[in-house]
Amino acid sequence: MVEEDLRKSKTSRQWLFTMAWRDGKASGSRLGLFMGSIILGITAVVAIQSFSQNLQNNIALRSKVLMGADYLIDSRQLPNERVMQIIDSLGGAEGMEVNFASMASFPKADASKLVRVQGIEGNYPIYGRFETDPPEAALEYQKNRGALVDATAMIQYGLTRGDSIKVGLSTFEILGALKSTPGGTSTSSTLAPPVIIPYHAIEETGLLQTGSRQEYRYYFRAAEDMDLEILDKKVDPQLDAEEADLDTHTDISRRLGRGWGNFGKFLNLVAFVALLLGSVGIASSVHIYIKEKLRSVAVLKCIGATSRQTFLIYLIQIAGMGLLGGIIGTIGGLLLQELFPVLIRDFLPFEIEISLVPQAVFLGLLLGVTLSVLFAMLPLLNTWFVSSLQVLRVTDEDPARVRKTGVFVLLAILVFIFGFSLWLLDNWKYALAFVIGILVTFLVLTGIATLIMKGLKKYFPVSWGFIARQSLLNLFRPQNQTMVLVLAIGVGTFLISTLYFTKDMLLASTSFKQNTNSPNIILLDVQTEEKEAVVGHIVPRGLNVIDNIPIVTMRISSINDVPANTLRLDSVTQMNKWVLNHEFRVTFRDSLIESETLAEGDFIGSYSGDGPIPISVAANVARDALIEVGDRIVFNVQGVLMETEVSSLRDVNWGRMQLNFSVLFPTGVLETAPQFHVITTYAPDEATSAALQQDLVKAFPTVSILDIRQLLGVVEDIIDKISWVINFMAFFSILTGIVVLIGAVRTSKYQRMRESVLLRTIGARANQILKITALEYLYLGLLGSGVGILLSLLSSQLLALFAFETSFTPSLEPFVLLPGITLLVLLIGLSNSRSILSSPPLEVLRKEVR
Amino acid sequence: MTKILKVSKLGKIYTSGAKSLTVLDDISFELEAGETLAIVGPSGSGKTTLLGLCAGLDHPDVGSVELCGWDLNSLSEDQRARLRNMEVGFIFQDFQLLPTLTALENVSVPLELQGVKGASVTAAELLAKVGLADRVQHYPSQLSGGEKQRVAMARAFSNQPSILFADEPTGNLDEETGEKVVKLLFDLNKEAGTTLVIVTHDLELAHKNQHILRLKGGKILEEAGTAIW
Repeated sequence: MVEEDLRKSKTSRQWLFTMAWRDGKASGSRLGLFMGSIILGITAVVAIQSFSQNLQNNIALRSKVLMGADYLIDSRQLPNERVMQIIDSLGGAEGMEVNFASMASFPKADASKLVRVQGIEGNYPIYGRFETDPPEAALEYQKNRGALVDATAMIQYGLTRGDSIKVGLSTFEILGALKSTPGGTSTSSTLAPPVIIPYHAIEETGLLQTGSRQEYRYYFRAAEDMDLEILDKKVDPQLDAEEADLDTHTDISRRLGRGWGNFGKFLNLVAFVALLLGSVGIASSVHIYIKEKLRSVAVLKCIGATSRQTFLIYLIQIAGMGLLGGIIGTIGGLLLQELFPVLIRDFLPFEIEISLVPQAVFLGLLLGVTLSVLFAMLPLLNTWFVSSLQVLRVTDEDPARVRKTGVFVLLAILVFIFGFSLWLLDNWKYALAFVIGILVTFLVLTGIATLIMKGLKKYFPVSWGFIARQSLLNLFRPQNQTMVLVLAIGVGTFLISTLYFTKDMLLASTSFKQNTNSPNIILLDVQTEEKEAVVGHIVPRGLNVIDNIPIVTMRISSINDVPANTLRLDSVTQMNKWVLNHEFRVTFRDSLIESETLAEGDFIGSYSGDGPIPISVAANVARDALIEVGDRIVFNVQGVLMETEVSSLRDVNWGRMQLNFSVLFPTGVLETAPQFHVITTYAPDEATSAALQQDLVKAFPTVSILDIRQLLGVVEDIIDKISWVINFMAFFSILTGIVVLIGAVRTSKYQRMRESVLLRTIGARANQILKITALEYLYLGLLGSGVGILLSLLSSQLLALFAFETSFTPSLEPFVLLPGITLLVLLIGLSNSRSILSSPPLEVLRKEVR
Repeated sequence: MTKILKVSKLGKIYTSGAKSLTVLDDISFELEAGETLAIVGPSGSGKTTLLGLCAGLDHPDVGSVELCGWDLNSLSEDQRARLRNMEVGFIFQDFQLLPTLTALENVSVPLELQGVKGASVTAAELLAKVGLADRVQHYPSQLSGGEKQRVAMARAFSNQPSILFADEPTGNLDEETGEKVVKLLFDLNKEAGTTLVIVTHDLELAHKNQHILRLKGGKILEEAGTAIW
């Protein structure tokens, strides 16, 4: 033999694959469990990724139809001369619209409802169309001064073509049912169903008056060669100065995409949790799998295989199973995404078309292989370092070498988790917190498992009976599975219960409690001269007027002597410029209310007449406007300039269903300013509420009524749908957790097999073996799930404090997990012993320990 | 004649914490091609450790081993593995077959590691030679102890080794099966002209070898008429 022979391996790569296949096919069932761990996680990730991409593609393709135009100019007030000049300079709008919320009544049904009135003129929509029944109604309503009414509302109130609708002071003939409008969603239609009438009929409704929240929109068709981005950059600043805005169809698609993006991110994180759980499954099952293979590895090395070759054989095996898991998971994900359009149909303004997204397929396959290899690497490294001396019954392990290399693998895993969560969340702080959370969980679980093993060893209850001693011995003697199972069960329980607690927090922050002190009917746009009369309709019914809030509209004219127009043009400032274009609805009172707490400065309730007017600004608005206590703001109150000074900042709980204000004036300033009122009351039941609304709509057609009871119904319905989607995704994590658990416990079966058979051989009775096994898994189940839940309580408390800024009351569901998971561990563990108990020992060994 | 194995002043010390245990001390001997040697001695005398060192499975703390002309101390782990693959065969007390591979695949592996084409044909011939032509597709768990050891022998001879190390080859077998296995081993060895090193407790088996090396407490024990070094 020459030196060359020693230096170079003559084995082909193909041989490595052959060996991986030979060994793998005989270990199929064990590797199958490992594969099962990641399939569900990949299914979830691919489904969401693919659906998100499909959604973005659909939005981009339909953005013109969603807007109904190439671009539009909108304004919260009737456009001034300058805006009209800009509109003319752009060749004039093809269509225009004014829209606002108002009450509408249906005489035939003797019912009224808050609707979104759209007064339309010209060619709108330029792209797409109003889908009506009958179709010709979309063309007739302009000519015949008729109305198109939301199809669902028409069914709800039993209306047909030819019936009438009263909007403000005018009555219109309903010419058709409106089935869809550009950009309209089922949810927005439920909140305020659209009613379309000709623009020229708006005036006579008498609804455009002080305090009305209307929006004017001018729709444009762009020339073929027009660059909308350049147009936006050029015209939008000019419009901003006139308190108007330009939006292109691509802005619409971006906004819609962002809306889904946030929700998609959360769902992605949920899917990632399932994937991580699966990865824990990979690590635990490969750990035990490789442990059993080490003797074979030593034999291979003994007969001439190199460390690299033996390592590669098992790496190929694991990567192959990962790839297969990736393929199955990806197919599952692609099938699953077909369900999403059904789940979120109500939130989408169009029917989504699902097509194959190559990136999602690539991601699924990549995740399958990467996660498998990464999480299996730590146990796989043992194949590299195992000594061929093991074949001679000599152990010559060098744990320090494995540990040293293991640190790099762990670092790589952490970097991967951080990178992937950063990609999903797009926020490095959240991604870091996620990684730290996972790391702490692992460390605590490892620490506790080590402590338990050492404690048991030191204080072993030698006086206990045989069964109790054996079951405890199993927890710390060589070849024990305590660490692996406590980690798998603990991390699984931690992730799943944290998910539950987080979901509780998300949903709790959006739920509303109803009592007689909180209003459920809000009357908007009540003019000062109508105020007393409106109250006169409420009180005789035995109802209380809870709030009677005066509202004055105003805009910012300057901040600290810098005019708003100058600030608008300042490209350096970090100020969020919406505050400069916003029409603030301001009230005045001398005290704070329940939803407000003083954050900074002194709240001054009444104005003495000296110096600037002390006002209080909501802290979140102050952050956007870069305003601090002591800053001076001049407001334009319908032509009158008022100099104010920020005397305090308030934290406002905007989540509470009540009237909150960004800017609060003291008493003694705005009392004589032109104002309108918001009056609230509480109607104890639906009948009282309906009767009051009927009465008010008849007497005050221009007053808008917000029925919180109805609104809550809609909001609860939306939350129900969202939580259904969240639950649906959480289900994947739970299912993965169960698969991982089955995998971990079933894989440990082979570990316990020889001992149980040995005990059986030397005469142990079936129930003794059963009891030993049951007790061991009971300890492990209780320990893993108990610590997992405790950790999740802690992490949820931290999330509540820092991320959701809310109080945290854990729901009961995760606590059901504790006995549930323990029972599951117990059952799976016991099912392992079935074959040992029902067959002769030798048969078991031959069959199982191959 | 060619020297196949040359052991010089070999020593091995195991340390555990502050304690150290000398397992082998000052062992020297040589073997020519085709010679046979039995290493005997009581449990814990260092027989298996010596075998491991001779086969390059472990590093000595003192001294050197020259195997087929190669100083094992100068070779890397992978080079020693390749040397074993090309020149060495092994037979173990507990057979050490790969449990997930069939008998045929177990025998093929050393040849495949050499990159030999048609390894399975050679392996099948060898299995037929040891009387297992009808068991080629069986897994180790489906074979009896004697059959397993015969598969192990076929594997050991598959790469036509220059030297074969056998660690208690009959230790796990009954007397009758053991005798058959030993006969087969010596027949195959004679046919192939392989140098043979056997670690055994069985003095009868030991005396079938040209040389006997008796160990006690890690040292070569001189005994009249039996020890040759």
